[in-house]
Amino acid sequence: MLELKSVSRVFPGGQQALSDINLEIPQGGIVALVGGSGCGKTTLLRLIAGLDRPSAGTIAVDGSVISGPSEEVGIIFQEPRLLPWLSVEENIGFPLAHLSKDERRERVDRALLRVGLGGLGKRWPRELSGGQAQRVSIARSLVARPKVLLLDEPFSALDAFTRASLHDHLIALWEAERPTLVIVTHDVEEAAILGDRVVVMQPHPGRIFTEFRVNLPRPRDRLDDAFHDTKRQILKALDGSLATQQANAKPASSDAAAFWW
Amino acid sequence: MAVEATTPENASAPGAPRRSSRFSGLAIGLLLPVGLAIALEIAVRMGWAQGRLLPPPSKIYATLAELMASGEWFRHAAATMLRVALGFGIGAVIGIVVGAISGSLPFFRKLVDPTIQALRAVPSIAWVPLFILWLGIFESSKITLIAVGVFFPVYLGVLGAVLSVDRKIIEVGRVFRLSKVDLARRIMLPATLPATILALRSGLGLGWMFVVAAEFMGASEGLGFLLVDGQQVGRPDLIIAALLSFAVLGFLTDWLLDLATRPLLVWRDDLSTSERQ
Ligand SMILES: Nc1ncnc2c1ncn2[C@@H]1O[C@H](COP(=O)(O)OP(=O)(O)O)[C@@H](O)[C@H]1O
Ligand SMILES: [Mg+2]
Repeated sequence: MLELKSVSRVFPGGQQALSDINLEIPQGGIVALVGGSGCGKTTLLRLIAGLDRPSAGTIAVDGSVISGPSEEVGIIFQEPRLLPWLSVEENIGFPLAHLSKDERRERVDRALLRVGLGGLGKRWPRELSGGQAQRVSIARSLVARPKVLLLDEPFSALDAFTRASLHDHLIALWEAERPTLVIVTHDVEEAAILGDRVVVMQPHPGRIFTEFRVNLPRPRDRLDDAFHDTKRQILKALDGSLATQQANAKPASSDAAAFWW
Repeated sequence: MAVEATTPENASAPGAPRRSSRFSGLAIGLLLPVGLAIALEIAVRMGWAQGRLLPPPSKIYATLAELMASGEWFRHAAATMLRVALGFGIGAVIGIVVGAISGSLPFFRKLVDPTIQALRAVPSIAWVPLFILWLGIFESSKITLIAVGVFFPVYLGVLGAVLSVDRKIIEVGRVFRLSKVDLARRIMLPATLPATILALRSGLGLGWMFVVAAEFMGASEGLGFLLVDGQQVGRPDLIIAALLSFAVLGFLTDWLLDLATRPLLVWRDDLSTSERQ
């Protein structure tokens, strides 16, 4: 269980990136986090990953409070962030330095097969395509067997075909180990294909606007009517979040207009 | 390691035409010096020129052969090489250590970097009188001068390398909970290696520059001594033989350093690697 209790984050400059976020995700749940840019999605993931501390509130995994990077929580960034001086298999084995060589090799080989890159273990990162590199990055996070895996717009730099195949890969991986997934995305289709739940955020300050369940069986069919309904529902919620945001912003802009006249 | 030829394109022909054009480039580049040397040789043989101030290639060759046969060349070359090796070793180690600490500890950097930058503004050869006063005219002052010359480029290169390590890659280390030592060993060291090696190479170049200056300040052996000696006894052939020796040794040591460090850098994704494929 991943639990966020009234989490907020105010940056030193006074910028309130997150305000009073409450979220509970049972183990194995998949949450798609959507929202316009600047509404604190990355900040939220960094807090959960222990790369940053909340200004108020607590984040806990299975009851233990997150106070720094931990084995329980893995994070995958928009860029693969592979270490260019290590081969693909050395990259995947990077978090396993404490294991014996044999054990490490075995876990790495299994992870390679699982992300569909068997045979590419000896390559350098520079010899991979964008989609392959991101799969290596996912494998590197998964060998550490985290309970929670956070993904920050992990596929946004990839083309639509590669992205769709990585969605399938990710779900297959999730079915094997059932980690909790929190996926930040700009892509409505991605949210609908991956999420059990979709959480829509809103900026200034970053907060949860609304949230709903996606009750579609897996594997999900992109051509299905129900799937399209889900997409429409997400779009509508996003529009709603933008609309209230503009409504909030209006008085300020009319003030500005008054000033000019 | 095994990755050089993973894709079929790498294994096949496209390298060949480029190589031949590189050779013809080399041939064109050799045209001028070889032509001039031959012309000079002919001019002296035909009696059109005396060749006293500009000795012909045959004379320089004879001088070199004589120096080698008597073992003199090896004595001088060894003395010079030893000075370069010691000065380079000391300067490089201090440059790497101070550069790395300065890059990792902001307080230390604020403390020492301004002083180092100010000292760098002094042309290194200007230190010579002071070093002679402090350390005498024998080996210590020579090696110190070379070490000082090597220190600056290495320090600057390593400092710059540490400061420019991608924050995103350091964060990968944080995510996987590396200790400070592991972060240095598994991320900072390999990430700064290419720039460090480049800095070492320019340091070595400066080491060769400064060994000449060092040997000008009164040495009884060394290739720099041959230069001074050749001037004092009026033998340009000796001077040119020493110049050639410097060129060859400088080139060889740089080539060896490059060769020795190349396996450490095969992973790089830049022009230097694409050129080799
Ligand atoms: N390190 C930081 N210092 C100050 N402000 C920041 C920092 N990181 C993010 N912010 C601000 O917090 C807000 C949320 O940023 P972010 O979490 O990156 O949004 P998102 O990922 O949803 O696009 C933005 O307004 C951004 O400018
Ligand atoms: Mg973001």
